Amino acid sequence: MLEITTTRANHLVDPSLHVWAWQIPVYLFLGGLVAGMMMIHGWFTFADRHRRAESVSQLLPALGLVLLSAGMGALFLDLEHKLFVWRLYTTFQITSPMSWGAWILIAVYPALFAALLLRVPEPLATRVPVLRAWSAALLADPARVRFVAAANMTLGALLGVYTGILLSTLGARPLWNSALLGPLFLASGLSSAAALVHMVARDGAESELLARADNRLLTAELAILGLFLIGLVTAPRVHQQAAALLLGGPFTAFFWVGVVGLGIAVPLFVQTLAVGRRVRHTAVAPVLVLAGGLLLRFVFVYAGQVSHYGPF
Amino acid sequence: MVSVSRRRFLQITAGIAALAAATGSATQVLGNSGHGEARARKGGPLRKVPTFCDLCFWKCGAIAYAEGGRLWKIEGNPADPLSRGRLCPRGTAGVAMATDTQRLTRPLLRKKQRGEEVWTAVTWDEALDFIATKMRRIREQHGPESMALFSHGLGGNFLKHTFKAWGTPNITAPSYAQCRGPRDAGFTLTFGEDVGSPERTDIRNARCLTLIGSHLGENMHNTQVQEFAEAVGSGATVIVVDPRYSVVASKAKHYLPIKPGTDMALLLAWMNVLVRENLYDREYVAAHGEGFAEFAADIAPWTPEWAWPITGIAPETIRETAREMARHRPASLVHPGRHVTWYGDDAQRARAVALLNALLGTWGRKGGFYAPTRMSVPPYPYPPYPKSERGTADNPDGKYPFAEEVLSSGIREATLTGRPYPVKGWFVYSTNLMQALPNQEETIKAIQNLDLMVVVDVVGSDIAGWADVVLPEAVYLERYDDLNAELFREPFLALRQPVVPPPADQKPNWWIARELAMRLGLGAYYPWKHVEEYLDTRLKSAGFSLAELKEKGIVPGKPGPLYYEDGLVPEFPTPSGKIEFFSRQLADAGLAPVPRYTPTPEPPEGYFRLLFGRAPVHTFGRTQTNPLLSEMMEENTVWLNEDVANRLGFTSGELVTLRNQDGATAGPVKVRPTQRIRRDCVFLVHGFAQTSKGIAARFKKGASDSRLVTRYVLDPVMGGNGMNVNFVTLERGV
Amino acid sequence: MARFGMVVDTARCVGCMDCVVACKTENRLPEGLCRDWITTESRGQFPDVQLEIRSERCNHCDHPPCVTCCPTGASHVEDYGKTVQITAELCIGCKACLASCPYDARSIHPEGYADKCTFCMHRVKDGLLPACVAVCPTRCLHFGDLDDPNSDVSRLLASRRSHVLTPEAGTGPRVFFLT
Repeated sequence: MLEITTTRANHLVDPSLHVWAWQIPVYLFLGGLVAGMMMIHGWFTFADRHRRAESVSQLLPALGLVLLSAGMGALFLDLEHKLFVWRLYTTFQITSPMSWGAWILIAVYPALFAALLLRVPEPLATRVPVLRAWSAALLADPARVRFVAAANMTLGALLGVYTGILLSTLGARPLWNSALLGPLFLASGLSSAAALVHMVARDGAESELLARADNRLLTAELAILGLFLIGLVTAPRVHQQAAALLLGGPFTAFFWVGVVGLGIAVPLFVQTLAVGRRVRHTAVAPVLVLAGGLLLRFVFVYAGQVSHYGPF
Repeated sequence: MVSVSRRRFLQITAGIAALAAATGSATQVLGNSGHGEARARKGGPLRKVPTFCDLCFWKCGAIAYAEGGRLWKIEGNPADPLSRGRLCPRGTAGVAMATDTQRLTRPLLRKKQRGEEVWTAVTWDEALDFIATKMRRIREQHGPESMALFSHGLGGNFLKHTFKAWGTPNITAPSYAQCRGPRDAGFTLTFGEDVGSPERTDIRNARCLTLIGSHLGENMHNTQVQEFAEAVGSGATVIVVDPRYSVVASKAKHYLPIKPGTDMALLLAWMNVLVRENLYDREYVAAHGEGFAEFAADIAPWTPEWAWPITGIAPETIRETAREMARHRPASLVHPGRHVTWYGDDAQRARAVALLNALLGTWGRKGGFYAPTRMSVPPYPYPPYPKSERGTADNPDGKYPFAEEVLSSGIREATLTGRPYPVKGWFVYSTNLMQALPNQEETIKAIQNLDLMVVVDVVGSDIAGWADVVLPEAVYLERYDDLNAELFREPFLALRQPVVPPPADQKPNWWIARELAMRLGLGAYYPWKHVEEYLDTRLKSAGFSLAELKEKGIVPGKPGPLYYEDGLVPEFPTPSGKIEFFSRQLADAGLAPVPRYTPTPEPPEGYFRLLFGRAPVHTFGRTQTNPLLSEMMEENTVWLNEDVANRLGFTSGELVTLRNQDGATAGPVKVRPTQRIRRDCVFLVHGFAQTSKGIAARFKKGASDSRLVTRYVLDPVMGGNGMNVNFVTLERGV
Repeated sequence: MARFGMVVDTARCVGCMDCVVACKTENRLPEGLCRDWITTESRGQFPDVQLEIRSERCNHCDHPPCVTCCPTGASHVEDYGKTVQITAELCIGCKACLASCPYDARSIHPEGYADKCTFCMHRVKDGLLPACVAVCPTRCLHFGDLDDPNSDVSRLLASRRSHVLTPEAGTGPRVFFLT
């Protein structure tokens, strides 16, 4: 028998780490979602879709700005020393993913704003007429447009990967300590974005395109998850214990039924049928994908905090 | 199995920090050291005031740090031989005793039935006048002896003085019959002297240390724990006898998981081996022993093979450990223990420990028992106390012939029965009788017979709840006390002095004692007006002054020789003048002249023997409301052998109620399944789960062993109360 | 330049928690927060039990993940003694450092910033020992320069068997436990 007692009972730390609650998974989800939207927007811009009146392109930057701000709001709510948040921007810490993230977010806002200028939504343009002039100046040179598209794709990728890297560099939590977390969160962000855009797109072709893309992204996400689990169960003891949280522990139902089943497999199946025109497109698949993406972050953030080194 | 204790965190809202930052005081709050220790928060100039601790009876020298009028921390005084500059956790947490929000603030007068705890706050004049009137009435009706004083610790000295002047010999402390009394009697019967407090154990020089049920490190008798660590550090052999795998057991070369109640059999078998194998100190015994031949003949049958089925300790283990002890003699100390009131044959068991030490030649020897000295400070020149003709009420007809102090249980008995004469008033200072005396029902019944019940305390303890008058005392950091000139290895003289004023209307014991005496017409016994005059007078008569002690806190004396080998002359103030292996005194009193093993009843089927002991962060039942110590340990758990727990289906942290053989219950308390205890007993840390309304709910967790000690066995030698004779079952749920 | 570390002699430690109380009073920690603590680990079947009692705290690691993950530089390695320290005024309370520590040695102070053992640098700079070391009745705690072969801690580590906690986390902990 091993009996361990500790006199420590610190808030947020004991009996097991629980420093992050709903705010962080919400932030990571929204960050990933916006990252995906930026990449889709960049892709569409290269395809010149932003010029079409019916394109979902004109909606994405504004929606992205709103969702990202909501995510940042959640992040801010999580901070314990809120009035010192500006300290993020008096320094750059090269080894800290969170510092990278802070500066990436600083760059994401102008990129999204520039994307917005590619086609200013009418209600906004009416209120702020100067935006029309800026938009015209941007559209005057195709190189500028391409730059905005490239910037959105690049920053989107960075943002998407960052949400995973943020956790994966915290080596004390074996569940997170995998480089696959970056690609996993990027794929999940992209698939969530594809689902969202598929749902809101009025242009049938765009919608169909994104449904097909989403299927591939979901497949990729499944593959990465598989690799991730293989990596954990074949690693040393603490990683196996971390894997057990998902494979046969308190998070198993959430992970298999919620994330893998309802969040990936079911929508993949339904959407494959829809793309094959065996059933009609409905909101079922995209809503499940979005919910699954959010649940993925919750499961990883919560289970990761439970996973740990040490004998108990 | 994994168990992790958990405590609630009092969250201070982020809003407070935000407000502080917004109003520009952030730098002041956070400091600028970069270490987060917020040094800028000082409330005034730093003062260091030497004093001595009152968290337990050890009385370690300390230095209190205050910033202006606010206490910061307290450290050991390097000049103090007891603490050697290091306090124990309770001492270190002493500052929180003063800031404890549970403290009594004003004198309280009972409004309804005793124990209902409905009070009227009154002035000191009203409270003391009330007490004086009642005391005078008791004297008129029953005589002055019908007032009893229960007082624990040095703080009661002035009250004792008042009560002696009043004319009662019934001054008692539960530290005798409920704690160390059997040990003192057993050693006195053997060597003519007891081991004292602090014990005269030379642990630091011991090469072999045997501990029988003594859980050093869990009891934090500071010097002893320090010396124990020193001995372990220098490679001394440790032998531990305990039904529980205690902390010291983990440091032991030999751990003997003895069956509870059978220590006497082991002691007899050890002595048997030492004698039979000629391993004892023959020269020492020949020079200082009396009645050895009778003793040797008496213990001849008690072989390790005889002890094996009784104790569960294999004969080869008994022989091996006896030889190990002998190998290191005379630096082979068998520790006398402290709380030794276990089975009612405790004085005889203590005598067996004393005799084992005598065989090893440890008394008066390096690594055994040194000869302590104390600084000579003449008493204050008071007039002589009146003589009582009736004698004490606790021990009629000398029923317990070797009782050296007044028995608290005897006073309770006299209060209950009115024999040998009625006891009608209890004045209780700094001792929680509800937790200290066995069988709470008897205590409550006795209280019902009283005309006056006064409690002086710091918090509204369980016993305070039964009082007619509760007097709030200033804590040690707020008062002077009597001088401390303890018998110890290095003699010293120490002063306790106030560091900060009391926060409300609390008063020091000297003031209470003097004011009461004045109201009782005993002014002649208080020629001094302020305790400073008393202290200065005594200090000057010893060649010092109050000013000097106020500055130094402690002054060292000249040590005498500690051991026979240093020139100490062996003296044994027994009737024979020698170490009494065979006790004529005991024989004359009709008691066994050489210790004998008598079986103690075993737990019935389904019951476990209830054992209790200490935790390092609590003293008795008096520190549970200290915010810092409560945070260190806020509740006790019931230790249960893990295999038994599995068999009965109890899981770690599950709440159970403990029920004893008489139906008394305690709890709810969490189960701690552990491999650190035998299967036939359970263990509780003493002092938890007070029930008084005066104590907030959050300090009442756990289970009180005192509620379960309904049965006790009186020691025929000295009237001690053997308490480890109760059996409990665990009942699921609350 | 010194590299401070601590050595805990588990053979002497009785787990009395004096180190915890002394830390709390010295550093004025609020109720419910501690920077050091006692862990007991017992193995075996009664009566063949082994018990290790440890006074634990921040390990002031050679490769502190709490410092590398800190986005503002609030967590840093101080030049003097190479200890890991927190500047409260730089901390945003993001808790990445809490999550990064394999020892769970950090917590959030009620005022919002990350908090942990400082090795009592304010005392050490005044020539005193850390509060926990200075108070320990069993003298089981030792503090000093690990890079100085003549220091108390170095000599103990050279002459006795010791272990660190969770070495597989690879952080290079500097609190050693003598067995």
